[in-house]
Amino acid sequence: MNAAEKKNLQITACKVRMGIIEGVFQAKSGHPGGSLSAADIMTYLYFKVMRVDPQNPKWEDRDRFVLSKGHIAPCLYSVLAQRGFFPVEELKTLRKVDSRLQGHPSMHYTPGVDMSSGSLGQGISTAVGMALGAKIAKKDVRVYTVLGDGEIGEGQVWEAAMYAAAKKLDNLVAVIDNNNLQIDGTLEEVNSPYPIPEKFAAFGWNVVEIDAHDFDQIEDAFAKAAACKGKPTAIVAKSVKGKGVSFMENECKWHGSAPNAEQYEQAMRELNAALAELEG
Amino acid sequence: MADIVKIATRDSYGKALVEMGATNDKLVVLDADLAAATKTAGFKKAYPDRFFDTGIAESNMMCVAGGLATMGFTVFASTFAMFAAGRAFEQVRNTIGYPHLNVKIGATHAGISVGEDGASHQCCEDIALMRTIPGMTIINPADDVEARQAVYAAAAMDGPVYMRFGRLAVPVIFDESYKFEIGKGAQLVDGTDVTIIATGLMVGEALAAAELLKADGISAAVVNMATIKPIDRDIIVNAANKTGAIVTAEEHNIIGGLGGAVAEVICETVPVPVVRLGVEDTFGRSGPALELLHVFGLDAAHIAEKAKAAVAMKK
Repeated sequence: MNAAEKKNLQITACKVRMGIIEGVFQAKSGHPGGSLSAADIMTYLYFKVMRVDPQNPKWEDRDRFVLSKGHIAPCLYSVLAQRGFFPVEELKTLRKVDSRLQGHPSMHYTPGVDMSSGSLGQGISTAVGMALGAKIAKKDVRVYTVLGDGEIGEGQVWEAAMYAAAKKLDNLVAVIDNNNLQIDGTLEEVNSPYPIPEKFAAFGWNVVEIDAHDFDQIEDAFAKAAACKGKPTAIVAKSVKGKGVSFMENECKWHGSAPNAEQYEQAMRELNAALAELEG
Repeated sequence: MADIVKIATRDSYGKALVEMGATNDKLVVLDADLAAATKTAGFKKAYPDRFFDTGIAESNMMCVAGGLATMGFTVFASTFAMFAAGRAFEQVRNTIGYPHLNVKIGATHAGISVGEDGASHQCCEDIALMRTIPGMTIINPADDVEARQAVYAAAAMDGPVYMRFGRLAVPVIFDESYKFEIGKGAQLVDGTDVTIIATGLMVGEALAAAELLKADGISAAVVNMATIKPIDRDIIVNAANKTGAIVTAEEHNIIGGLGGAVAEVICETVPVPVVRLGVEDTFGRSGPALELLHVFGLDAAHIAEKAKAAVAMKK
């Protein structure tokens, strides 16, 4: 990736973060912390990896995405808006009555959302079903899903992991957004899933470990996933919860609460400054 | 008297899947390590490329089914009723029901007639659970003829369906001229004093009960309610208007199943006595299926008693 490409991705990711803050602020609820931690990976996925057509969201041969950690819908919506599936302005309707942007993703409300999700542990299984379907249909469709690191406490994640490897679904990539925080505390304080890479490897997955905020490493991880034959790939991405907004970084309380007006202003000031520097 | 042919509806399910697989290449069948028991093994043998055994992981299976459905397949997902509606309830609710996907759940071994395996496997709660999911169609066929047609009808309609099949071989009561239609009850016997609305293996018992009642001078109508949801409101209202009393009969908890569905319609339309026959809010136990059905009062004699009670309540 050359410097210009990287800068473009960083600019887009910064705008995605602004959309997250905007939506959650307007809704007075939602999940900013995990949305911000996944923003770089989600940006890379939708701008560099996935074959999608914003003008034809239901295009049959598109790659598929399932947001297994469905509560970071603000991140998915912001990426979809930046990618052109619907106007960025619409992010302000998040979680409101009559909005197309439900609190958790719904495939029947929002253009570009391939699958409804929100109940943790189920999205990865759905992604497995999609990947299996692509194999049956002999289509070159790749399927991506993003899970939370707390989410993998759900036993169903490991049912899905076992089955995906057993079926050799090399068209499936699961990203584990490893920000080390869940609602009740750090992962270790609650119910440690560590070591995560070793667990997926033991279940028969190709495993790549990266820094979730380094686009070179993100690019490398998806290239390795694409090159891997006979196994699904797990990208264990070490991230910072709340990344990009100073007072939200590594703070549990920003898992599921919205900024007040003052906090909103500060967050937007910081993101605007970051954007100005990137564009400068 | 001709010999009564008995076929378990799980066998009908397996047979219909194999037949449909020949012409419908979008048909995919999933099972969770019970293919021999749910009878999807026939499909597995005939179309190995479109059969997937997800192993003993029903929650995963239901969501894999949802994912496959988004890719344009008509997916039949099979396991015992206990695990389909019980263990995987929330997966069915959120990943099949909420997105209204084309997944057809083939739930076998429903009810007390599972027999010797006992209470842990005798699911008498599934209809109640599935009824609460918006947009879920629920079919509980009475015999082989109806069960096979129901599988075709489920495949032909758009959206999720829960089909309830039994382990026990039950009498074939319909001939091939019988036409099943989703959402329509079938008036099997006309009567004037009371209507027995039955579902599943209780339909055969209801027909026998009507004969018993005739001997006692009571004219009992019999309705087969194979589709529990959407319920056929018209046939229920007509029954209430015509006979003024209703008995429901099901191999399911009396709470939340057919009896509940019929009572909901009746109390808001034509309030007449409704007496519910089913499993009396209790767990099952081990024993031969036919013996258990009698022990739990799921037979013609008990239906006739309830019918008399319903008739008495009219006065």
